[in-house]
Amino acid sequence: MLAPEAELKNLMLAGLDGDAAAHRSLLKYLSDYLRAYYRRQLGRVGRNATDAEDLVQEVLLAIHTRRHTYDPVEPLTPWVHAIARYKLIDHLRRTRTSLRDVPIDEAPDLIAQEDQDSTESTHDLGKLLGQLPEKTRRAIECVKLEGLSVAETASRCGLSESNVKVSVHRGLRALAAAIARERER
Amino acid sequence: MKTDDLIAMLGTNVEPVNRKYVLRAIGTAIAVGTLVAAAAILLAFGFRADLTTTRAFIFLFSKLAFTIVTVVLTAIMLTRLARPGGERKISIVWVALPFAAIMLLAAVNLAFAPSAHWERMIVGDQWLECLLSIPIIAIVPFALIIWAVRRMAPTDLRRTGALVGLIAGSVSATAYALHCADDSLPFVALWYGGTILLCTLAGTILGPRLLRW
Repeated sequence: MLAPEAELKNLMLAGLDGDAAAHRSLLKYLSDYLRAYYRRQLGRVGRNATDAEDLVQEVLLAIHTRRHTYDPVEPLTPWVHAIARYKLIDHLRRTRTSLRDVPIDEAPDLIAQEDQDSTESTHDLGKLLGQLPEKTRRAIECVKLEGLSVAETASRCGLSESNVKVSVHRGLRALAAAIARERER
Repeated sequence: MKTDDLIAMLGTNVEPVNRKYVLRAIGTAIAVGTLVAAAAILLAFGFRADLTTTRAFIFLFSKLAFTIVTVVLTAIMLTRLARPGGERKISIVWVALPFAAIMLLAAVNLAFAPSAHWERMIVGDQWLECLLSIPIIAIVPFALIIWAVRRMAPTDLRRTGALVGLIAGSVSATAYALHCADDSLPFVALWYGGTILLCTLAGTILGPRLLRW
């Protein structure tokens, strides 16, 4: 068994090369760490831990759609931690918590504990997808939900393959933005 | 939504990622911004007409050296700041270095000149044109670089915005140098340095609004 950092980094690098299984297990591991992290941090500032699952999902989407910003020569944990902490502070700012109460924490705090006891978030994927433009939504449904290949989706929707790839990419970014907006309400 | 469903969705048909994306996107934005700014300056004012003396050549070269070195050093900083946690990997020293150098040279220059020449060396002929042109022409490179950085994940939006403003100002000053006929180091230190600082302040204010993700 590798130390978490080495193991997570290997999965990340494989995912960056297009290894779907590695990417899935990376996100699974990270979600357990993130859940424990957010429950702990929200508890410390006296906030309800039910927001934790919403934040976990928002960060997973951010990690996925912005994984090109990971520099492979650097360790992975500080990169994930910086995203997690950015989203925590953003969340507290949007919900008007005094930021002076946010404890300073470092990258190792992120992988200190795991929590597999997931709950359902308040995000409704169907509703979120409904906000997307038709073409983008179809591309996500085919490629990401039904698991069709890009080529199959292209011929089914009458689009070029690069158009499908761009639509999926844009759609996921729009989903991430919609989830971040939802938190403001 | 269940987190496992989200993971299943994100982990289906995973596309490989271009590992040079950050460098390429920032480099492209700065290169295109420089071309647009240079075209704007050359169309609006034209290339400096008095490039007949060695002195004029040396000053054109010095101005370009100052602005281009600034652009390159700050662009390297931006490739770090645009990534999560990048604020821990940058050093203000590299950003301040070209400015410290030009101010030192300007001070030495003034020290060796008679004080009757100081006003002329500092104010020059076209200080107003310089003061207005550099910030206005910086708008396009600023927008291009912001647009590129919005696709990344900066976690210190104020500093990232400041750095984008600084780069845009330096790109614009590079273009302005092609036209500028005020050949004195104190002029460059004050008006180039000052306008770049204005662009940096604008970026500091706009960063948190424009770069949030």
